[in-house]
Amino acid sequence: MATILFIILSIVAIGSALMMITSKSPVNSILWLIVVFFAISGHYILLNAQFLAVVNIIVYAGAIMVLFLFVVMLMNLNAETEPAKNQRQQIIAIITGGCFLLVLLAAFKTATSQQVMVGAGNAGLIKTLGKVLFTNYILPFEISSVLFLSAIVGSVIISKKE
Amino acid sequence: MTKLLIILIPLLPLIGFLITGLGRNFLSKSASGFIASATILASFIISIAAFLQVKNGNLIHAHYFNLINIDALKIGFDFKIDQLSSLFLLIITGVGFLIHVYSTSYMHNEPSKDFAKYFAYLNLFVFSMLLLVLGANYVIMFFGWEGVGLCSYLLIGFWFKNNDYTNAAKKAFIMNRIGDLGFLLAVFWLIARLGTVSFDEVFSVTNVAKLSTYDFTGITALLFLGACGKSAQVPLYTWLPDAMAGPTPVSALIHAATMVTAGIYMIARSNILFTNAPVTQNIIALFGLATALIAATIALKQNDIKKVLAYSTVSQLGYMFLGLGVGAYTGAVFHVMTHAFFKALLFLGAGSVIHAMSGEQDMRNMGALKKHMPTTHITFLIGCIAIAGIPPFSGFFSKDEILAAAYAESPIIWGVGVLGALMTAFYMFRLYAMTFLGSFRGTNEQAHHLHESPKAITIPLIILALLAIVGGWVGIPEVFIKGGHHLEEFLQPIFAQSNAITQKYETSHSTEFMLMGISVAVALVALIFAIGKFKNYKKENEVTSSGFANVLENKWYFDELYTKIITNPLKSISCFFNNIIEKKGIDAVVNGTGKFVNYSSRQLRWLQSGQVGAYVLLMVLGMLVLFILQLFIKK
Amino acid sequence: MDIKYYIALSLTLFTIGVIGVLTRRNAIIIFMCVELMLNAVNLLLVAFSNMHSLSVAAKASPTFASDAQIFVFFIMIVAAAEVSVGLSIIVMLYRNTHNIDVNFLNRLKN
Repeated sequence: MATILFIILSIVAIGSALMMITSKSPVNSILWLIVVFFAISGHYILLNAQFLAVVNIIVYAGAIMVLFLFVVMLMNLNAETEPAKNQRQQIIAIITGGCFLLVLLAAFKTATSQQVMVGAGNAGLIKTLGKVLFTNYILPFEISSVLFLSAIVGSVIISKKE
Repeated sequence: MTKLLIILIPLLPLIGFLITGLGRNFLSKSASGFIASATILASFIISIAAFLQVKNGNLIHAHYFNLINIDALKIGFDFKIDQLSSLFLLIITGVGFLIHVYSTSYMHNEPSKDFAKYFAYLNLFVFSMLLLVLGANYVIMFFGWEGVGLCSYLLIGFWFKNNDYTNAAKKAFIMNRIGDLGFLLAVFWLIARLGTVSFDEVFSVTNVAKLSTYDFTGITALLFLGACGKSAQVPLYTWLPDAMAGPTPVSALIHAATMVTAGIYMIARSNILFTNAPVTQNIIALFGLATALIAATIALKQNDIKKVLAYSTVSQLGYMFLGLGVGAYTGAVFHVMTHAFFKALLFLGAGSVIHAMSGEQDMRNMGALKKHMPTTHITFLIGCIAIAGIPPFSGFFSKDEILAAAYAESPIIWGVGVLGALMTAFYMFRLYAMTFLGSFRGTNEQAHHLHESPKAITIPLIILALLAIVGGWVGIPEVFIKGGHHLEEFLQPIFAQSNAITQKYETSHSTEFMLMGISVAVALVALIFAIGKFKNYKKENEVTSSGFANVLENKWYFDELYTKIITNPLKSISCFFNNIIEKKGIDAVVNGTGKFVNYSSRQLRWLQSGQVGAYVLLMVLGMLVLFILQLFIKK
Repeated sequence: MDIKYYIALSLTLFTIGVIGVLTRRNAIIIFMCVELMLNAVNLLLVAFSNMHSLSVAAKASPTFASDAQIFVFFIMIVAAAEVSVGLSIIVMLYRNTHNIDVNFLNRLKN
């Protein structure tokens, strides 16, 4: 059951990712990426990381991708402005990527095999994470708010018209 | 005699050089001439004092400071005055002074700036020569040696605006450099073997015993090479005739008092080394003989008055080397002395003639100067008789001594020597007859201008003429007066070590009389023949010389030979180096480096396309490579 | 279920992101590919977290395996901040050049 779910989610994720990088229209790409994120969230649930699954949907699929969509639509970038890229370079890129994948996979092929318990383990529960976050990681958590503040200020300044 | 006084001998000419040299822009002609002459005169006076001191048996050795002080090698700035150097001091400063006085008149037409420059060079020349003679070790001697070479260059090229003269100066300098290299190597050899260059130490019995036959032969051969360059012996003599490019008094100075005698002095000084190297001695005798003969034959056909004298100098130097080669050191030094007198006389006389002829040097355009220039004529005749070897003039005694020693070595050498003497008499009286006898063949303008030279020129001539007569009387051979050879007695300590090794030549009195008789008779015959033949010389009678005469006229084609076998190959090699090694090799490497960098950077430039995509691609490729490497290294 | 499957999945997604960056010229899509790569890494972290929650060390300390998920959490925070700044840069670029083709922006060349 879990294996079937894993396979389905994986196929959805990989397929949507491929669609994302191949589709001509940026809006389509964004929508395909949201699908990928949903699939990944499914994986999180399989791995019993409910908190991250929720956050992933809210932050990525909800906030970030909407932001992307916003920009694309507001600036009207959906038009097929992208000219055909240098064919040779594209082939080189694909070959390079394939080799990259092969090498990485080959590197992990010999790794000692360890099991993952689907739907088990309490590491990803909201209760546990909350405890850890607000005890061990309280300082980074607070600092991240500063990060956000600076990001807000930065983006406002950058996009402000002269 | 104090050390201070000794150092004044070379220092005074140096001071004279500095004053005239630095003040050349504001010193008047008479002032610079006076300063230059006075410093030499002062040196001469001190030299006389030193000579008397030495004559009384007090050798002088003055140490001033250490020039080089490295570990065991200590080379001091030392002066040494013994019999040999005191004699040379007298010749250099005495004849040098007369030449200075002569020059004040001879160079009077020069602008005062050049006039002062000329005297500065003369003083520097005398200074260098004095340093050479006074030095108590080979290094000081080498300083003087080099200084003399430099000054000859400066003076030969004095009229440097003429390209030929400059070339002659360069030739003299380069020829000398070849010899200097030999000298320098010999000094290094001595340092390597003995660790000292001081004369006293090198010639000491213990040190001489340390040297092997190879050392003796090698060192002396190298020293001889040095002497060859400086004293114009056969392979390296060609610079001396070309040195005629300089003003005539300079020729007199170079040929008579300084420079060319340096080689003789050096060999006489190192006589013990040479005595121990019979091979080198034979070489020296051979080269000396060859020089004497070749130069004499060339002189037969020269028409330039100074060129004849120049070749006669080379020839006489050949005699001196012959003397050194057969072990007659005293004879060689004796001949240096008498030669200094009569050759200075002849050159100055020739200068006087040239002066009167307004710069004309070709004897074919002279003649009948006898009645116009009586003083010059008489003194010149004395010089000619002296060099021809007619008794009782000085040349006879010194030349005879060398020839007698040569006879003891081998009658063949003697025969060739006499042949040279015959030619000497012939070309000298050819010169005399063409210049002073017969009828005047120059232009009317020159004829109108003929005059006896002023006192500043004639007085040195008269003094030198007297010396040319009596100069030989210090060395009258024993066959005439028992104990008449004062010079040999005087120089005895210098050559004692050598004389102990070699057998003094023994010839019976009758043989010696016979030898003298033959040489004198031969000289007289040549003399009379030459006068008879050239007394009524007519330009129109000149026939174009052919065959052997042509060879002689072209100086045995020595210059051409050197051009062919040395200069041309050198030029080809230089061309080869320039065109192939330099352009294709070194330049190619240098330019190639630049081109390679240029090319490779052009090839690499596409990497920096500025396109982010390309950069990322490269980054990924780099990661890929790292991963692959890691994959392999791990295993 | 073997951890290797997750590794393979994660690497595949990551490589797709890389290929996307290499092949596309639209700045926004490249940006999205970067996000995809981040997510691939997040997935891997979560998988490792789960794997370690069953290990001996996790038995002793209940929060041992949570560290990885906290990491993911922070990555998301940084990603959100990054996206906001990045998108504003893209907007500014578009305003200045009316183009978001990265090859057009080869100002790095000079």
